[in-house]
Amino acid sequence: MTICNACRYCEGHCAVFPAMERQTVFTQNNIDFLSNLCHQCGACYQHCQYADPHEFGINVPAVFEQARRESYTQFLWPTFMQPAVLHGGKFMATTLLLAISLFFLAIVGLSGMSKIFAPQVNFYNLMPHSVMAGAFSLSAVVVVVSWWMTLRRYWHSISLPSPGSIRMSTYRAALASALTLKNLDGGHGEGCYESGESPSLWKRRHHHLVLIGFVLCFFATLLGTFYHYSLNVPAPYGWLTLPKILGVTGGIMLLVGCAGLFWIKQTADQRLVSHDNGYGSSLTALLFLTSLTGLGLPIAKGTGALGFLLAVHLGCVLALFLNFAWGKFIHGFFRFIALLADEHQKTQ
Amino acid sequence: MTSITHFDVIVLGGGLAGLTAAITAAETGATVCLLEIAPRALRGGNTRHTRNLRPMHALGAFPMEGAYDFDEYLDDLLRVTAGDTNHALAELTIRESNHALTWLQEHGVAFQRPLSGTLHLGRTNAFFLGGGKALVNSLYRFAVQLGVHTIYEATDIALNISGDRFVDLTYQQINNTHRISGKSLVTAAGGFEANLDWLEEAWGPAAKNFLVRGTPYNKGDILRQLLDAGFKQIGDAAQCHAVAIDGRAPAYDGGIVSRVDSVPLGIVVNNEGKRFYDEGQDFWPKRYAIWGRLIAAQTDQIGYAITDAKAEGLFMPTVLPPLKSTTIDDLARQINIPADSLQKTIGEFNAATVSGSFDHQALDECHTEGLPINKSHWARQIDTPPYSAYPLRPGITFTYLGVAVDDRARVQVEHGNPSENIFAAGEMMAGNILGRGYLAGIGMTIGNVFGRIAGREAARHAN
Repeated sequence: MTICNACRYCEGHCAVFPAMERQTVFTQNNIDFLSNLCHQCGACYQHCQYADPHEFGINVPAVFEQARRESYTQFLWPTFMQPAVLHGGKFMATTLLLAISLFFLAIVGLSGMSKIFAPQVNFYNLMPHSVMAGAFSLSAVVVVVSWWMTLRRYWHSISLPSPGSIRMSTYRAALASALTLKNLDGGHGEGCYESGESPSLWKRRHHHLVLIGFVLCFFATLLGTFYHYSLNVPAPYGWLTLPKILGVTGGIMLLVGCAGLFWIKQTADQRLVSHDNGYGSSLTALLFLTSLTGLGLPIAKGTGALGFLLAVHLGCVLALFLNFAWGKFIHGFFRFIALLADEHQKTQ
Repeated sequence: MTSITHFDVIVLGGGLAGLTAAITAAETGATVCLLEIAPRALRGGNTRHTRNLRPMHALGAFPMEGAYDFDEYLDDLLRVTAGDTNHALAELTIRESNHALTWLQEHGVAFQRPLSGTLHLGRTNAFFLGGGKALVNSLYRFAVQLGVHTIYEATDIALNISGDRFVDLTYQQINNTHRISGKSLVTAAGGFEANLDWLEEAWGPAAKNFLVRGTPYNKGDILRQLLDAGFKQIGDAAQCHAVAIDGRAPAYDGGIVSRVDSVPLGIVVNNEGKRFYDEGQDFWPKRYAIWGRLIAAQTDQIGYAITDAKAEGLFMPTVLPPLKSTTIDDLARQINIPADSLQKTIGEFNAATVSGSFDHQALDECHTEGLPINKSHWARQIDTPPYSAYPLRPGITFTYLGVAVDDRARVQVEHGNPSENIFAAGEMMAGNILGRGYLAGIGMTIGNVFGRIAGREAARHAN
């Protein structure tokens, strides 16, 4: 870090280096801030005159990736969930398996073994809406409480003042950076360098697909809830209804985006990625599986596969909820808070 | 096992000058082979360590602030070189530098607004986004797309020159000898600043204590072969650009981060504990280049920049922390110089300071009176512990000795016509324009301008 601060050639690539130059001493809190401000675009590594084989062996993205995961671990609430970060792949596999089994048993318990493999048109025959809504409402509460506890600790540790005392323009600037993924454009708009020396916009595009797809699915769910309770129109909905259109579009975007991100990770410059025990991939995998099984449900309608597919889908959703709380999903919030701190520091 | 291959243009050296020449030649349709002595990861010569060039420009040219016209540029060049320049080539360089930004941008190089802590260069100098290695990567990518045949780790290049004509060459790569021939040869293989034996010929044993700020691959082999073949030399070996850098920096490739900017805020002593030059003569950016030579002239080529607590935070952060102590005696012991001598120097210095208002960003009124070597500005008593010391050594950046060229970048024969098919660009011929002194960003400017000229002329000759 002292080498970076004495060199400063990377200043134009992203927000990290100007932020680094504002610091006079490097404390753990600064590392927690800077490492989350880093979007892992790789430009500073590919352009570093002090990178390996230079004896300084500088590799900022790799160091920050490690530091980021340490910050997720350190601030995670409750602390006994830290293995979810340290062993992300195992955590995903375990929760997925348990959740699918749970829903399978629940369906069997509620509807009986005979019904689960019989051709079904309406999945509420297998599991009542109230049970599903109840289970996921409870999960959502756990998720939101975990976010609140985890993020407020991070917020304070990087010296941000209370949320109310930060200017609206600061929020707007941070939100704009977050939504456009400004820090993945390399500073010249041509993209990031995770795959090598040539800049590419594909990581940003795939991430946008995932994010927008996710938001569409989220709204589809909200709309479905509204239809169910306020309009008294229960699922399943026809192909040309609004919840279905949003959900199917979002689901397809998620499939494409997640596959793209997965591909990018496979072809990335190995010097830029450290082994994270499946932590990063678990979110991509869960989003992919949830979309795939979700899109499969209307296709399986009227067949004997519906019951089994429903259990798998609901299991994926539950595992995804757990990832929201303790998995890679929280990176979005950490990054946003870091961007906010960056914008806030600029106003000081 | 020897294989023979023929190209229109062979380029020696893969820094900015060589890459520019290779791309320019390839764009005319010529077949081009570029030989780079370094492995791929360390390619690009000293361009890898640079960050800007100095283009003449009109108002409003991105990323520049303000305008920088021909006359002002020429004045600056004449001032720093004290007239030691080939006027026709200097004017050509400045005129052509007007196209440097466009050329580089068209070839994938991105620029940015000036870096922080860059000494008010925003009007005259254009900064590469991501620095010199980003530029190098972009140009290699472009060259490869154009079909330039790029060979890394091409060592032991031996030129076969007949009279003043290039015929062919051999090089080693992974213990194999290869022979290639070309209709034209562009030499852009840098200076000899990493060749301590050659420096020793000019500097004596002192050269062994020089640190090389840039690439370890600039040994001057190609330059030597051209001079031995009878081409005309320009400049002399004793001229080099050497700055005072952290004495603990790596022997090679330390680059920008080896700088120490604390000199004007304190005193500098040699290893006898004595001062030897006015530390506050002018702003550090205008003086660091003379301190390389000043330190080279001291015993064991070492100096120590000494400051007290008042100077902390007033200069750019350094990579390595200074040696520190609460007492002068202990600091002297840490840097292994006689404590009584350092005490005496500091005592006399403190007694000679004249009180005034201190301002490190202006040529302030704090100075000393009555010393054999006075300090002109920023002279405050060294009296507040902890005291800091940075060891300083001469850090050599580039050499001036090169081959004479004409306005078509053809190398000149001593007492004769220029060679018809050997061209030079970059540091190998920069001495034609920058005979002495230094102007930030001029090296990269010459590299791009003469790279374009050499590439164009080499391709024209080949066709």
